[in-house]
Amino acid sequence: MKPGTTSSACIALLRRDLLLVWRRRGDALNPLLFAIIVVALFPLALGPETTVLARIAAGTIFVAVLLAMLLSLDALFRSDLEDGSLEQLVVSPHPLALLIGCKIFIHWLTTALPLIVIAPLLAQLLQLPSQVLPVLMIALALATPLLSLIGAVCVALTVGMRRSGMLLTLLVLPLIVPALIFGAGACNAAQDGFAYSAPLLWLAAWLVLSIIIAPLAAAAALKISLS
Amino acid sequence: MHESADEPRALLQAQSLCFARNDEVIFGPLDFSLHAGETVLIEGDNGSGKTTLLKVLSGLLDPTSGDVLLHGAPLTLAKLSHQVALLGHLPGLKLELSALENLRFATGMGGIRPGITPHLALASVGLEGYEDAPLRTLSAGQRKRVALARLLLVPAALWLLDEPYANLDRSGIDLVNRLLDHHARRGGAALITSHGAYAFTSGTPRRIALKASA
Repeated sequence: MKPGTTSSACIALLRRDLLLVWRRRGDALNPLLFAIIVVALFPLALGPETTVLARIAAGTIFVAVLLAMLLSLDALFRSDLEDGSLEQLVVSPHPLALLIGCKIFIHWLTTALPLIVIAPLLAQLLQLPSQVLPVLMIALALATPLLSLIGAVCVALTVGMRRSGMLLTLLVLPLIVPALIFGAGACNAAQDGFAYSAPLLWLAAWLVLSIIIAPLAAAAALKISLS
Repeated sequence: MHESADEPRALLQAQSLCFARNDEVIFGPLDFSLHAGETVLIEGDNGSGKTTLLKVLSGLLDPTSGDVLLHGAPLTLAKLSHQVALLGHLPGLKLELSALENLRFATGMGGIRPGITPHLALASVGLEGYEDAPLRTLSAGQRKRVALARLLLVPAALWLLDEPYANLDRSGIDLVNRLLDHHARRGGAALITSHGAYAFTSGTPRRIALKASA
């Protein structure tokens, strides 16, 4: 008998989830469109004054990106629970936290990465000063995985319930507000010519902690949701 | 593999196994053992805890009291040795993917038996020619057959099958019996739930009866 190794299991899971996102690519584009629409509406509502738009640009992009990611969060484990794939993952001989970590990574890769890629375009729409753009990109790169990780724990807790969307939003929002404050705060500091490394380092520290703890917590929560 | 020469250990052993949800006893206490080459039928009415028993035995649920031993070792440790394959009410297959893609995922997760490929497994459950069709386009019975093909591929000594005959036509029922027979002759063991009586090819299987708790 040739038992599967844990690394081959992770590769199989990553490949399957990527393939699934590709097959449902219409749904996968939703968050991207949402973020673009929200950001595009601001200049229409506030008028095209560069100073006003530049002042709110970083915060608006941050809020739009985080809300767009919330849209896709509910689906993270839902289909796996409904078709029994989750049971198979739990019964499999591999560490559940690692498999969940792979699923969270795919969520970040397919939801947050496209948002980060179009962030320069959104920044242009809102006349963000060009020297702030690198800070915005770094802040987004640190804050979006945080949302995927923290969100996964909350989704794992609520996935067993019917119509958990509202509860999920209420659970996730307070937990990601610090990420928003530090991320947008770094951008605002950069815009005003102040030092911006401290909030970014805080985000990075929090991200490292979440990478270690969140998959374990999500795995434990999923086992509770299944029982 | 692990068993001592003089006294072969039971593949699966339940010791005063009991499960309760919110202080309501679902089943138990149960004592039974399952040896290599055996197929055991779990009988009981609706709500008697058949599915719950399989979930406890596969490690999805923790028993309220009692122990599950695999080859004499507690379940959590033995789980690491790739022993259990579960076929639940939900097949655990992705409808967006083809039969072949689903099986490739299963072998990536659980490994593969020597001398078999996903193509061969699909052919032996009667799904030749459906390899690349999305599962969405297949019938419930055909999806069940894909799940059975997964059992053929993944090297697990113990099969826990929840209602394996559901959704299957006459030839499908024969297929399940053939698979169980083959598995038993290869030294595997299977635990099946069912609330109906089915014709087994090799005589009548041993039965464990569950009663709905009052």
